[in-house]
Amino acid sequence: MPANTEQLIEVVVQIADDHLILGHRLSEWCGHAPMLEEDLSMPNMALDLVGQSRALYSYAAQLESKGHSEDDFAYLRKDREYTNCLLVERPNTDFAHTMLKQFYFAAFMHPFWQGVKNGTDNTLSGIAGKAEKEIGYHIRHAGEWIVRLGDGTDESAERMNDAIEALHPYTGELLEVDEARQSCIVSGAIPEIAPIQTQWNATINNVFTQAKLTVPEIDYPQQGGRAGNHTEDFGFLLTELQYMQRTYPGAQW
Amino acid sequence: MYSQGLIGANTETEETQEFLDAFQARIDAEIKIEPNDPMPAAYRKTLIRMIGQHAHSEIVGMLPEGNWITRAPTLRRKVALLAKVQDEGGHGLYLYSAAETLGVSREQMTEELLNGTAKYSSIFNYPTPTWADIGAIGWLVDGAAIMNQVPLCRCSYGPYARAMIRVCKEESFHQRQGYELMKTLAEGNDDQKHMAQDALNRWWWPSIMMFGPSDTDSQHSDQSMKWKIKRFTNDELRQKFIDATVPQAELIGLTMPDPDLKWNETKNDNGGYDFGKIDWDEFWKVVKGHGMMNKDRIRARKKAWDDGAWVREAALAYAKKNEKQHSEAA
Amino acid sequence: MTDSSLMPLWEVFIRPRNGLNHKHVGSLHAADAKMAMQAARDVYTRREEGNSIWVVRASDIVASNPENSDENFDPAADKVYRHPSFYDIPDEVGHM
Repeated sequence: MPANTEQLIEVVVQIADDHLILGHRLSEWCGHAPMLEEDLSMPNMALDLVGQSRALYSYAAQLESKGHSEDDFAYLRKDREYTNCLLVERPNTDFAHTMLKQFYFAAFMHPFWQGVKNGTDNTLSGIAGKAEKEIGYHIRHAGEWIVRLGDGTDESAERMNDAIEALHPYTGELLEVDEARQSCIVSGAIPEIAPIQTQWNATINNVFTQAKLTVPEIDYPQQGGRAGNHTEDFGFLLTELQYMQRTYPGAQW
Repeated sequence: MYSQGLIGANTETEETQEFLDAFQARIDAEIKIEPNDPMPAAYRKTLIRMIGQHAHSEIVGMLPEGNWITRAPTLRRKVALLAKVQDEGGHGLYLYSAAETLGVSREQMTEELLNGTAKYSSIFNYPTPTWADIGAIGWLVDGAAIMNQVPLCRCSYGPYARAMIRVCKEESFHQRQGYELMKTLAEGNDDQKHMAQDALNRWWWPSIMMFGPSDTDSQHSDQSMKWKIKRFTNDELRQKFIDATVPQAELIGLTMPDPDLKWNETKNDNGGYDFGKIDWDEFWKVVKGHGMMNKDRIRARKKAWDDGAWVREAALAYAKKNEKQHSEAA
Repeated sequence: MTDSSLMPLWEVFIRPRNGLNHKHVGSLHAADAKMAMQAARDVYTRREEGNSIWVVRASDIVASNPENSDENFDPAADKVYRHPSFYDIPDEVGHM
């Protein structure tokens, strides 16, 4: 049964927003990385993410057929209309927070894309084929850093633990299934969540064990992004992102 | 032992007249100098200074453009800019590596940048207050840099020449990216046109200063030409840049901020533009550290380096621990 | 700054495509082999430059000494009989 188009659009935009916002955050590092080699690696990942968001927004625009462009989606919605998960909008804080954020997200998206690739939606499946490879590298790159920071010096271990404490409560939202997602699962466009959760746990456990870090128990998970309820930092992110489009409405760039 | 790196190696040479003549003969015969070849101390020193400055310029150059990555007006512009600034980082990396073959470490060069003893291109001490500045930098600053860099691909020092070949190959999209951006603005609404012209007004003079002082005042030019580190003089390159760029401005309807700019049929062999007097006081003011952004640029680089220290230490500590484990296992 | 605080230097070799040799493309700094490999991928293959990477710790490379260049390499110069053009064969034989 094909998914309800409205709900498919909703899910595509959620995923697109995740990628845009995470890519945007990562791009904030450009020129300020801890070492020059990393100033090449982080933009590579950010370019993957923003690239994926473009493909997804274009697909959403096509499904919607109201003549919108990728940029209409990326730049011209109101804050409540962005439905990214809260994890991706969290500030960079430091290199430990940043790598952990990338890792959590990639560890979820990799099995997710694998499922989508074999799913029933041809366009999404095409996007997934490319994205799966890109995000596979993100797991590796961020994962290797987490191992080194967790098992490096006392300071780096402390910073990793701070990052886990700050960010782990946001990971539940990645695995959340709302009504729109459920409809896409039923249509076969996106995969069942349970096996993804298993793989996510395995990826996290594997790297945390190597890094001598502990996966915390979360009693009070944070969520709200999928409903457009964002953290305070998000407004500032949008202020920067949308500055040109808002200041010069209708201009071509 | 030699690899690419000569750090800590004994690089002293006894500089008899015979040695210097033989070295010059190799240069004249267009035989490239490679890292472990004997070379005059002054040749080594000149290259370390020059490649180091070049590397620093790439790294500091990431800042004024990086300033706009999060505010780029479309996703297409955003990825192009991000990829471009990333390239600059890559170029810095290739160049630091080339300098390292001469026996100086990246850490040492970084320290010299941060404590102000090493210079970098003054152009990056100008601010980028508007989006049009991204266009102006790509078009003019990268354009000027390419004029400088293409001849460096034939530089007598092998690793520098090889790094420059890679840099030039990658940079070919940078200037086009900037010019396309400016063209879009110049064809846009009044705000955009004004933004483009304003950026050109601010960047034109600094970009033609990028070629350095006039040949009559340049302290390094003669010997560098003789050693074929440089192939053209500052003034020759500047003229070439102006002649190439003026028609590009006309084509998109922008006006160069120089009332004395005029085509001169009889200049050099094939004609060239006469241009107004360059304000060298302004140039030296910025070189000496008093440009609008000098302090901010170094502060930003220092902050990245200092904030990153714990990351680098952790990576090294982990590597050391694991090396020990591996050798114990073996 | 002590030596142990320096990030080790690595040399990077890339094979542009199957059928070709790995070729030296440049260097980078990394704390260990895995990080060097990732950095090599991120720095030197951004434009589809290759499909295989080698990274070698720069300090592990043994190189010939330029002072020995004459005795290493000049003796090969006059051994013309190692090259096919040294031998005369009739044109009628064609390609050989």
